Amino acid sequence: MAIEIKDVEHLAELARITIGDKEKEVLRHDLEGILEYVSKVKEVVPKMSAPTAGKLRNVFREDKEPHEDRMFTEDLLKAAPTREGDRVFVKKIL
Amino acid sequence: MDIKKLTIKEAHELLTKKKMTVMDLVDAVLKEANSANKNLHAYLEIFDDTRAQAEIAQKMIDSGKATLLTGIPLAIKDNILIKGKIASSASKILENYRASYDATVIKKLRNAGAIFIGRANMDEFAMGGSTENSAFGVTKNPHDQTRVPGGSSGGSAVAVAAGMALGALGSDTGGSIRQPASFCGVVGIKPTYGTVSRSGVMAMASSLDQIGSFGKTVEDAEMIFDVIRGYDPMDSTSCPDVMTKIKTKKPKVIGVPVNFVRAKGVDPRVLKNFEASLEKMKKAGYEIREISLPSLDYALSVYYILVPAEVSSNMARFDGMRYGYHANGTNLLEDYGLSRGEGFGREVRRRILLGTYVLSSGYYDAYYGRACALREVLRNDLDKAFKEIDILATPTAPTPAYKIGEKISDPLAMYLADIFTVPVNIAGVPGISIPSGFAEEKGVKLPLGIQFIAPHFSEDTLFKAGKDFEKVRGF
Repeated sequence: MAIEIKDVEHLAELARITIGDKEKEVLRHDLEGILEYVSKVKEVVPKMSAPTAGKLRNVFREDKEPHEDRMFTEDLLKAAPTREGDRVFVKKIL
Repeated sequence: MDIKKLTIKEAHELLTKKKMTVMDLVDAVLKEANSANKNLHAYLEIFDDTRAQAEIAQKMIDSGKATLLTGIPLAIKDNILIKGKIASSASKILENYRASYDATVIKKLRNAGAIFIGRANMDEFAMGGSTENSAFGVTKNPHDQTRVPGGSSGGSAVAVAAGMALGALGSDTGGSIRQPASFCGVVGIKPTYGTVSRSGVMAMASSLDQIGSFGKTVEDAEMIFDVIRGYDPMDSTSCPDVMTKIKTKKPKVIGVPVNFVRAKGVDPRVLKNFEASLEKMKKAGYEIREISLPSLDYALSVYYILVPAEVSSNMARFDGMRYGYHANGTNLLEDYGLSRGEGFGREVRRRILLGTYVLSSGYYDAYYGRACALREVLRNDLDKAFKEIDILATPTAPTPAYKIGEKISDPLAMYLADIFTVPVNIAGVPGISIPSGFAEEKGVKLPLGIQFIAPHFSEDTLFKAGKDFEKVRGF
């Protein structure tokens, strides 16, 4: 399971993580070692019966009786690094 | 009163019989916590509102409304939200983040009158087994300060072992409560998946994470568990009480997966202590039965596929926009990359990349798909085994606490230390670690632990067997 620097770069791009050049080689080495170890799962083909699911039940609240308007707005917005009024401020997307 | 020996049960009696005030107890714990924390670094922060908390607890006692945990000082792992307090998960990305609500477990403990002493150190986002991955410095083992306390809930385990709290909360995804409990000589329980609400705990690997408790004795850990357990509509994986609150019979047969336990890399002192512990249980009337569970050999591989996969999804919420650390780039994409690149530590970045790999198209079936299938096999094998045995026993960890720095540059070596604890999370069953003796290392006694595992929702069985073991272990 050879991992190359360009694979690390591609994964970092997908995961939106900027990684320094020095660390790329460390990560390449680590990923290769870990993937080799976990590849043990490929040794066995588990005999699987059809997947079973328990009885379905609704785990969400009913869609009614919402909480009071603006109850959490300030608490949550306070945590944003940059805000503009009642909005979280981000750079333009396009 | 020796705070390092005082149990929650004893403290409760002293408080309710008015032989001690809550303030006396909190002061004694704070004195120890403040002086020991300089060396041990179990707490990231010791709270400044303990006096106010103590007054509320004292009023509960004085008005006859005390619960078993009223006035009891606890350490809380830093990935559990306490409204208004910083909750950083020992990560730079959340260094200044303040919780906007209480976790359900915190609400329950607050209602019971427990005192929160401080935020316990941990591996960043609970990823690690030594607390060395904390962005704010390592926690040290009180039995030997050159050694790790285990992890990821290392701060919680040390706080209890060193008298800096009487009990603690931790979270356990693959051994993060049981392994540090074993390294520090305290009791730690990982309850059945779905038994304790996770609303307000930061998600690491959602199909495995569970909150549990630490105590000096099985009874202490049980007293905390009894308060935090229960159905919670705020956690969609929480199980209804009719499922979780079941009566179990007294356990009699202990199964030992011998081939698994005697695997390569297990310290001979650990094996010797484990076998001596089984002998003692035999004398206490238990039957020891050797069993074969070949699927356990795949558990660690399954774990280190499922966990990074879930980590890579869960960590996507840290975008540097809505909360947490923000780094400024020239455009939005750079903001994401820099905020996450600078905010996350090395192990977190490693797991995100690994998870991104095993989930990517072309590799998904070979890794994630296969791991999910093997998870079912392991679960079924355990279910089958529990038809002929009542509990399963293994050592908690393959070695005693290792040296700080010994495994930090070798992630795989660090992962192998979880070999006995991860199958429990993969199957979703409960597990407990109980101190079982010591390994001598240059005149220092390093704690060892034994792990008992029971069927789903049978925590009660673990407590019964654990208390029997405490009676016969001989210290």
